[in-house]
Amino acid sequence: MKYWRKPLDADTIKVPHGKIYVVREQCKGCSFCVEYCPKDVLELSQEFNKKGYHPPIAVREEDCVSCGLCELICPDFAIYAELIEEGETTEETPKKTDKTEKAEV
Amino acid sequence: MTKPAAHLETAIVEQDTHPMADLLRMDRMPHIWCSGCGLGTGLTCFIMALKETGIPEDKVAVVSGIGCTGRVAGYLNLDSFHTTHGRGIPFATGLALANPDLRVVVYSGDGDLVAIGGNHFIHSARRNMDLLVICVNNFTYGMTGGQAGPTTPISAKASTAPYGSYDYPFNIPYLAIASGATYVARWTSLHMRRLKNSMREALPKKGFRVIEIICPCPTAFARKNRLGSGLDLMKHYHDNSIIKHGADPREADIDMNGKVVCGTFLDIERPTFRDFQTENIATQLGGE
Amino acid sequence: MGEERRVLTGEHFLTGDHACAEGGMAAGCMFFGGYPITPSTEIAERMSLRLPEVGGIFIQMEDEMASMNSILGAAWGGWKSMTCTSGPGFSLMMENLGLGIVLETPTVLVNIQRGGPSTGLPTLSGQADMMQAKWGSHGDYEVIALAPNSPQEIFDHTIKAFNLAEQYRTPVLVMSDESVGHMTEKVVIPPREELKLVPRNYTKKKPGEYLPFECGEDEIPEMVKAGDGYKIHITGLTHDKRGYPDISAEAQDWMVRHLMNKIQKNKKKIIEVEKINMDDAEVVVVSYGISSRVAHRGMDLARKTGVKVGMLRLITVWPFPDYMIKELAERVKAFVTVELNFGQIALEVERHVAGKAKCYLVPHAGGDAHKPEDIAEAIKEAAK
Repeated sequence: MKYWRKPLDADTIKVPHGKIYVVREQCKGCSFCVEYCPKDVLELSQEFNKKGYHPPIAVREEDCVSCGLCELICPDFAIYAELIEEGETTEETPKKTDKTEKAEV
Repeated sequence: MTKPAAHLETAIVEQDTHPMADLLRMDRMPHIWCSGCGLGTGLTCFIMALKETGIPEDKVAVVSGIGCTGRVAGYLNLDSFHTTHGRGIPFATGLALANPDLRVVVYSGDGDLVAIGGNHFIHSARRNMDLLVICVNNFTYGMTGGQAGPTTPISAKASTAPYGSYDYPFNIPYLAIASGATYVARWTSLHMRRLKNSMREALPKKGFRVIEIICPCPTAFARKNRLGSGLDLMKHYHDNSIIKHGADPREADIDMNGKVVCGTFLDIERPTFRDFQTENIATQLGGE
Repeated sequence: MGEERRVLTGEHFLTGDHACAEGGMAAGCMFFGGYPITPSTEIAERMSLRLPEVGGIFIQMEDEMASMNSILGAAWGGWKSMTCTSGPGFSLMMENLGLGIVLETPTVLVNIQRGGPSTGLPTLSGQADMMQAKWGSHGDYEVIALAPNSPQEIFDHTIKAFNLAEQYRTPVLVMSDESVGHMTEKVVIPPREELKLVPRNYTKKKPGEYLPFECGEDEIPEMVKAGDGYKIHITGLTHDKRGYPDISAEAQDWMVRHLMNKIQKNKKKIIEVEKINMDDAEVVVVSYGISSRVAHRGMDLARKTGVKVGMLRLITVWPFPDYMIKELAERVKAFVTVELNFGQIALEVERHVAGKAKCYLVPHAGGDAHKPEDIAEAIKEAAK
C-alpha cells in the first residue's frame, strides 16, 4: 500500500510481521489464500501433496503482517500465520519446532 | 517460478498445530468437502466467532441434518449430532429445551433446512426457539450430485433441471423474518470477517437467529452452470454483493446473475418460547 | 407445584390414554413433544396439563417427524422423554424411530392403534401396525414393543417402557389400541416409593475415555448427555464405537449385529407373557391388547364345551417370544392367533411353529372387536 503522505506517527508505528505455516497434506489447492492475501505473500507451489494438490508457499514472507486472513479463508484448515514478537526473527525456532520442517521446492 | 531459495522455504507443519485444532476433530481431517467449496471457510468463521464469544466449549452443541453441510457436526469437536434429513431443528428443539445451559446451533444446508425441513424452520421461527441456525446456501443438493433445490435460481441448470429451473426459489432472509426470526443476516463465504462478526454477535443472543451463508459449490452448481471454479465464484461475490444492513428482505431475492444483498436484515428482541412458557406456567400455576 | 405432583398415588377412574400419561409422569418423564391425532390425543392433552406441574416441558410440534426428533433431542439433553401417535402419525414417526434406534436413544413412543390403511378409522380400533412396529423404519433393527390390554396395564407398561428404554438404551414402543386408549377403568397408582424406576445409566468414565457406542458382553452402551464435556459425536450414518461415520461393509456388519444382539441376547430378560390355563392346554390362543380380552372370553366359552384350551397373552410383542412358541409347538395340537388385522403376529407364530402344530388365525379388519363366539368356534375347530 502506498501512502499519499507520510503519517505523522510513521516513526513510532511498527508493522507487525508474521510467519506462515502450511499444513501441506490438508491443502486442496483452491488458491483462496493466494488470491486474497492482502500482501500478496503467497503463491501455489509447483510441488504436489499426497492428494495431488499444489499447496501454497510464502514467496514474500517478509511482507506478511499476520493479519490472519489466510487462516480464516482457508476452507481446509491448511494454513495459518503467527505473529512474530519483537526481537524474534524468522530464523529463530518457532514454538512448534518438533513438527516443523522446511519445504523443498 | 524462479525465486531466491530463501523465499521458497515455507514452514510445513502437522495438522494438529493449526490454531483451530482444539475445536476440530482432527482425526477426521481432511474433510470431505471439495476443493473450492466454501463450507470450510464458513466453519473457520464459526470456530473463530465461538472462540471470541468466550462461551465454554462444553456448553455448545451443534446439530446438523443431511448433506454436505450436514457433515459440519462431525468435524466440530463439540457435542455434535448428525440427525436425519431436515430434522436438525426439531432435534435441537428437544435438546435446547431439556438442557437450557446449552447454546444450540443448527448448522445445515439450504435443501435440508428449507425444503425437507422447511416446516420445522418456519415453526421454530414462529416459536422463537432459542436456536442459532446457520444455513449454508449453495443453491443445490451438492452431496447427491447437483439436483435443483428450494433455492436454485430460476433458469439455473441442475441435474434435475436440465432445461434450467422453472421453480421459484425461496429467499431465506425473507422467509425467516416473515416466520418470526429475531436475528437474520446473510453473508457470502468471501465476507469472512463480517460473517465471523455476525456469528459472534448472534451466538450469545436468545431466540431464533438465522445466518445464511452464500457458498460456492464448484463441483455441482458451478460446473452445471459453467460458472468456473470456487475461486471464480468468490470473485463473483466480490463483484456482485452489496452490503445493505436493515435492507428490506423482499429485495433480497437472488437471481442467476444479479446482485447478492448481504448484511444484517433484522436484529430485534421478542420473548422466546421458553420465556413465554415459563411466564405462562408461573402465572397459571403460581408457586415457584 | 413441584415434584410432589409427579405421582398421583391412589385409586382413579381413568381412560387408557390418561393412564398412559400418568405412567409417563410416574416414570419421570420431563419432556413430551407431540402432534394431535385421534385416538392418542388425550395422552398429549394430559401431558400438557401435567408436565408443567413438575417443571417439565410439553411442546406441540408441527408434525410427527418433529415430535419424534424432539424427544430424541430431549433425551440427549438429559431428560426422559416420550411422544404418542396413531395411524398415519405412526408412519411419519418411522423415519426417526430409525434414528432413535441407531443413536441408541432411550425414549418412549406410544401408538394408540386405529384402523388403517391411510386415514382409515380415526376413532375406531385396530392392531394392524404390529409388523410396522418391527419393520416400519428402513433397514434391519430390533425393537422392544409392549401391548397393554387395560388402562391399569397401560399405566404399568408405560413405566415399564421407560425402564426398558433406559436399561437397553433404545426407543421402546407401547403398542396399544383405541379400545384400550378410550376405555375407562379403575387404575391404581402406587405410592412413589413403591415404583421401581430405572435411572439413566450415565457413564462413570471421564471425557476422553468414553465412547458413545462402546459396550461389553451385554451389548448395552453407557449414556452421557450434551453439555457434560464429553464432546460426543453421534450420527445416523453407519458408525464405529466412537460414533464416527464409517461407510464400509465391516462397520455396517458390526453396527447392525450390535443393534440386533442388544435385544436378541437379552430377550429372555425383556420378554413378559401371561399364561392362562396353560397346564393342560392342547390348543393355545395367542393374543395381545384388546383382542386378548375378547379372546379370553372365547377361551372360556370353548373350555365350557370341554376343549383344553389355554392362552399365551403377549405382554411383550417385540422381541417375539419365539422360544416359547417353539417349545409349545412340540407338545400342543394347535395355535389360534386372535388379533385385529389379517394376520401379522399370526405370521410370527406360524414361522416358529414351523409345521409342528396346526396354526389358525381369527382375522378382523378392525373397527370393533372380535365376537367371543367366533373365537370359541375357531378354538373348537383347531381342537378337532
